[in-house]
Amino acid sequence: MSILAYNGGAIIAMKGKNCVAIAADRRFGVQAQTISCDFDKIFEMGPHLYLGLPGLATDTITVMERLRFRLNLYELKEDRKIHPKTFSSMISNLLYEKRFGPYFVEPIVAGLDPVTFEPFVCNMDLIGCPNEPEDFVVGGTCTEQLYGMCEVLYEPNLEPDDLFETVSQALVNACDRDAISGWGAIVYIIEKDKVTIRHLKTRMD
Amino acid sequence: MALAEVCGVNSYLDFNLPRNNDNFQGEIEAYSKNFSNNLNLAMPPFANPAENLSRFSTDENGRKLKINFDHGTTTLGFRYKGGVVLAVDSRATGGQFIGSQSMKKIVEINDYLLGTLAGGAADCVYWDRVLAKQCRMYELRNRERISVAAASKLMSNMVYNYKGMGLSMGMMIAGWDKRGPGLYYVDSEGTRTAGQVFSVGSGSVYAFGVLDSGYHWDLTDEEAYELGRRSIYHATHRDAYSGGIIRVYHMKSTGWVHISDEDCKDLHYKYQEDKEKLRNVRQ
Repeated sequence: MSILAYNGGAIIAMKGKNCVAIAADRRFGVQAQTISCDFDKIFEMGPHLYLGLPGLATDTITVMERLRFRLNLYELKEDRKIHPKTFSSMISNLLYEKRFGPYFVEPIVAGLDPVTFEPFVCNMDLIGCPNEPEDFVVGGTCTEQLYGMCEVLYEPNLEPDDLFETVSQALVNACDRDAISGWGAIVYIIEKDKVTIRHLKTRMD
Repeated sequence: MALAEVCGVNSYLDFNLPRNNDNFQGEIEAYSKNFSNNLNLAMPPFANPAENLSRFSTDENGRKLKINFDHGTTTLGFRYKGGVVLAVDSRATGGQFIGSQSMKKIVEINDYLLGTLAGGAADCVYWDRVLAKQCRMYELRNRERISVAAASKLMSNMVYNYKGMGLSMGMMIAGWDKRGPGLYYVDSEGTRTAGQVFSVGSGSVYAFGVLDSGYHWDLTDEEAYELGRRSIYHATHRDAYSGGIIRVYHMKSTGWVHISDEDCKDLHYKYQEDKEKLRNVRQ
């Protein structure tokens, strides 16, 4: 079994009309054993910038901390908020540094441009190859299921409420076909002047 | 059909079919032995399969070639004053993929015999069906129902013939016979043992935790159902490879009764609510 599937978990991010959504399940497990149902895989990296780190839980935390360190240095030096695209390059750079002994996470970035408020989503493999599509990105142990759900449910220019519904349905139903994802879910809807966080009621088995 | 065979009625001769059908019959015999004798599975195409089969489960680099059968399960059964209670989940997984959330892991062998499945789904389903046939044959031959001990021994002996060849099953056989309620554990390694409390599968450790703390002989029927249900629920919550619907059966002196099929999700939020209520009462 892959080390990327040791703890389990799934994350999805999707673009809408002047908004983006990022959502994750809440399981922290060790192979078949579910340890807790309140583990965070999505982190706030700025007012409009969120980072999801599916994969090995220990690396989720390490990578988040190292990125926060680099991000703080950047924002002190530059005295301005980072652009999501720049942040993605920063992650890519951090991951490729460990090309021959990688962190076992596949990061997902979702955010709005701090100047234009243009929606942005991006994901990467574990050594930092960026992928920046114009609709949605997925990551974690049930990517096949998530891609399937997204291909069917996604439509462009969704309003925040509709985007929430789409993202939630995609995530919950994908997790229901994966043994090691689920046990609760959390959804962030990022708009220009507010971020809404919602917890979903899901199957707990 | 089974009765016709027992009585030695040979349908194609009796109906005067042309003789060239004999070839056809011969081919069936030669190529698929389990068509006429379902205890006889096709052997792999090399000598001494029990020993040599394992050589084919690694590739030339010594890496394990893994076939993902449906695995992961929680099943339990216990004897108490009111008979036997069986409770099971309904999830079938192949690796981490959930293939089904609605599998029937309790097989109704006849009105007085139930079997549970854990391990390879195909193995369990096949051999349970063969056992059902054998038990019916016994009934017809002896004009009385088969005992639980005999049924479990039939099962144990059948699968023992294939020991070491990769069969994977751990099952409980529950029934009611002249000796009263009976519960046996049978597995593909050859173990066969009677007992009071069993739990089988990847979630059995979690189920045992709840079951052992709540079990005693003098449970009422309702208490017994709830104990079985709760044990399986806690197993589905902690074990990734168990889940879906929780099914409860009760073996009584009058035969088995299907008690309930409940969704894990509904149970979870019901138990959560009960816990909340209890907390409010205490405050």
